[in-house]
Amino acid sequence: MDISALMLSRIQFAFTVSFHIIFPAFTVGLAAWLTFLQARAMMSGEPVYDRLFSFWLKIFAVAFGLGVVSGIVMAFQFGTNWSELSRRTGPIQGPLLGYESFTAFALEASFFGVLMFGRNRVPRWFYLFACAMVCLGTSLSSFWILVNNSWMQVPTGYEMRPDGVFVPTDWSAIIFNSVVWVRFPHMILAAYVTTSFCVAATGAWYMLRGIDRIEARAMIRMGLGLACILVPVQLFFGHLTGDYVVKHQPSKIAAIEGHWESQQPAGEIIIAWPDESQEKNLFSLSLPAPIGSLIDTGTTTGKVIGIKAIPKEDRPPVLIPFFAFRIMVGCGLLMLALSWGGMAYYATGRLERARWLQWAIFASFPLGFVATLTGWFTAEVGRQPWTVYGQLRTADAATPILTAPQVATSLAVFFVVYALIFAAGTVYIYRMLKAGIQPTPDHTDSAANPKRPLAVPGGSPGTASATPAE
Amino acid sequence: MIAFWASALALSLLLYVVLDGFDLGVGMLFGIAPDEAARRHMMQAIAPVWDGNETWLVVAGTILFGAFPAAYALLLSAFYLPLLAMLAALILRGVAFEFRYKARRLRRLWDAGFVGGSAFAAFAQGAAVGALVEELPIANGQYAGGPFGWLSPFAVLCGFGLCLGYALLGAAWLCNKTEADVRDLGYRLLPRLLVGVLLFLAAAFAYALAMNLRVLHRWFERPEMLILPLVGAAACAGLVHAARRRIDALPFPLVATIFAAAFATLAASFLPYMVPFTITIEEAAAPPSSLSFLFWGAGVVVLPITLIYTVVVYRVFKGKVDLSEHAGHYE
Repeated sequence: MDISALMLSRIQFAFTVSFHIIFPAFTVGLAAWLTFLQARAMMSGEPVYDRLFSFWLKIFAVAFGLGVVSGIVMAFQFGTNWSELSRRTGPIQGPLLGYESFTAFALEASFFGVLMFGRNRVPRWFYLFACAMVCLGTSLSSFWILVNNSWMQVPTGYEMRPDGVFVPTDWSAIIFNSVVWVRFPHMILAAYVTTSFCVAATGAWYMLRGIDRIEARAMIRMGLGLACILVPVQLFFGHLTGDYVVKHQPSKIAAIEGHWESQQPAGEIIIAWPDESQEKNLFSLSLPAPIGSLIDTGTTTGKVIGIKAIPKEDRPPVLIPFFAFRIMVGCGLLMLALSWGGMAYYATGRLERARWLQWAIFASFPLGFVATLTGWFTAEVGRQPWTVYGQLRTADAATPILTAPQVATSLAVFFVVYALIFAAGTVYIYRMLKAGIQPTPDHTDSAANPKRPLAVPGGSPGTASATPAE
Repeated sequence: MIAFWASALALSLLLYVVLDGFDLGVGMLFGIAPDEAARRHMMQAIAPVWDGNETWLVVAGTILFGAFPAAYALLLSAFYLPLLAMLAALILRGVAFEFRYKARRLRRLWDAGFVGGSAFAAFAQGAAVGALVEELPIANGQYAGGPFGWLSPFAVLCGFGLCLGYALLGAAWLCNKTEADVRDLGYRLLPRLLVGVLLFLAAAFAYALAMNLRVLHRWFERPEMLILPLVGAAACAGLVHAARRRIDALPFPLVATIFAAAFATLAASFLPYMVPFTITIEEAAAPPSSLSFLFWGAGVVVLPITLIYTVVVYRVFKGKVDLSEHAGHYE
């Protein structure tokens, strides 16, 4: 494979996976949110929870559908663009990703159907159970993805055959890798925080427009309340994630920290403009030593490795992980401030009058998505030039026979198709959110086809639609 | 363990071909439906099942990656452009399915996407099978044919052949599920498409003889395989009979039998190879530690659940499409 085909394959993978991850990041959290609403509705018997449930179920269905559709391409792209990776790590990644697909199917095949169809047809406790199972299923899906990705970050439990094939020797070492148990909670929390901000932002939007007042208050209370608790926990898991990078991936942490020379003790660069050709930062704003050492190693005298200490051929691109990491942390801190500040205003009854704060909460809905995406950019670009860290270079993982025009063609096709779908899906969700919460919970049960979540909002043939089409 | 996963792969591929085959076929026939009412009727005949059908493609892909990574890596990279274009076509087709009802001015466009996407997916699959039968250019375990190395006259022939075959399946499905003018259309098309498919098979056989394809030698080495084409021929005869007598429930299972016979013939002539005459099933298989890890969760639990679910969905959906229930919703 020539260089440009390799680059295009990387762009194609980044494009398709970034597009895809937006939906799981949302639906993993929404599934938990729906389960919570259902449980609250059963316990308190207040109709507001039922109305909220019906409303968010529709949104969930569309997001879930888009996630499934965009995920299918991922299952094939390993073979098309990364055939050497598939051939050599297939014995490990194949079964892990296989479990992911199979988990998704088992879930889709059973409980998602109950969620869409069975609102008035199964006992209430069973409906709640189905919600919990969908929640478990989406989380399990992310679990397998994270197991697989963590193996690529910190490979364990394998033996290399002479022909370069990674043969699994210890599955429990692969699955119970300590890195998994830091990164998996980090991802799940990211999804929950993303969803809580979307919920709170929707509440703030309605509050600004003066519609659905009861629901708006409930959504702000629950969204911000959850975020108040989860954002600090997430920052803690983010720190643990950083610890594994410090321990296992010196080249990634060097790019994130942005020091060119190793330092002991080290300061912490807040913001800078790293210049890779001159191997220095053109501008930088730092906190003094030993703050960097404290953050990275937990001691005042710890050594923080510089980029120059990494051989040039083993260095990741510096700019992307450096900035992506800072954007992620920035979003995290903003969310911390918003959730605590917003909750303080809410608890003291001042939020209804503070329109500026309502605007701020409304505008905060992208923060979780941005943080999730930039977090993945940090992890994945920071792992370069390796696909399997320290073992298999990205350049050696690609399909050797691909040519640039081939990849350019497929990239263009995906770009057009995804743009179309994404635009349509976004318009859908926007319309549903804008319409507000109509108190018609009876409509959702029959307006859906379990295998065709996209069909929910307007209905189409084969789905006994109760909602007339627009 | 290898035998289990090879059978599971064969089963999911066969299920995919027969199930998605009929809805891709209906998708193509959609293009010649006389009016909007007929188009809706056709859509309703596949609406509740088409995406369930497509999951078998993903199941097959997943098993191929998990259990036979060497074949997965070789085949998917060899068929780079047609495979990715097929995925895009399937996605477009799936979206068009929903969006044509939301659209007003753009309905024609979505319809074109639906028909075109269906036809392209069928063609790409047929061409891939043709290229496999003819043997892919492979050197040192890598595909060596370039972006269009798979695209031979024989592959093109097979591409069109599968389009015809899927259309035949689709027509048989319409006989089974619909009534009135749409069913009549199905019955009118059945004999023509059957003749088309038989002509295609004759042409493919002649080509294979002329090019002295290696697959053909298998038939002489393994004469017991001839039972499979005979089953297919018997199903053809049954189909002619059922179409004459207009027994609605019969054409589809009979065409499905023809497909199963053709599939089994191909599979039997490939054995023990997975990629004909290059990689055997044994060579393509992942190490035992991978296969058994996959077996104890996915193999014994999830695969049977997915099968049962498929059966349940089709049972719920049995009988003719009920038009009255949905009429008037989409104006």
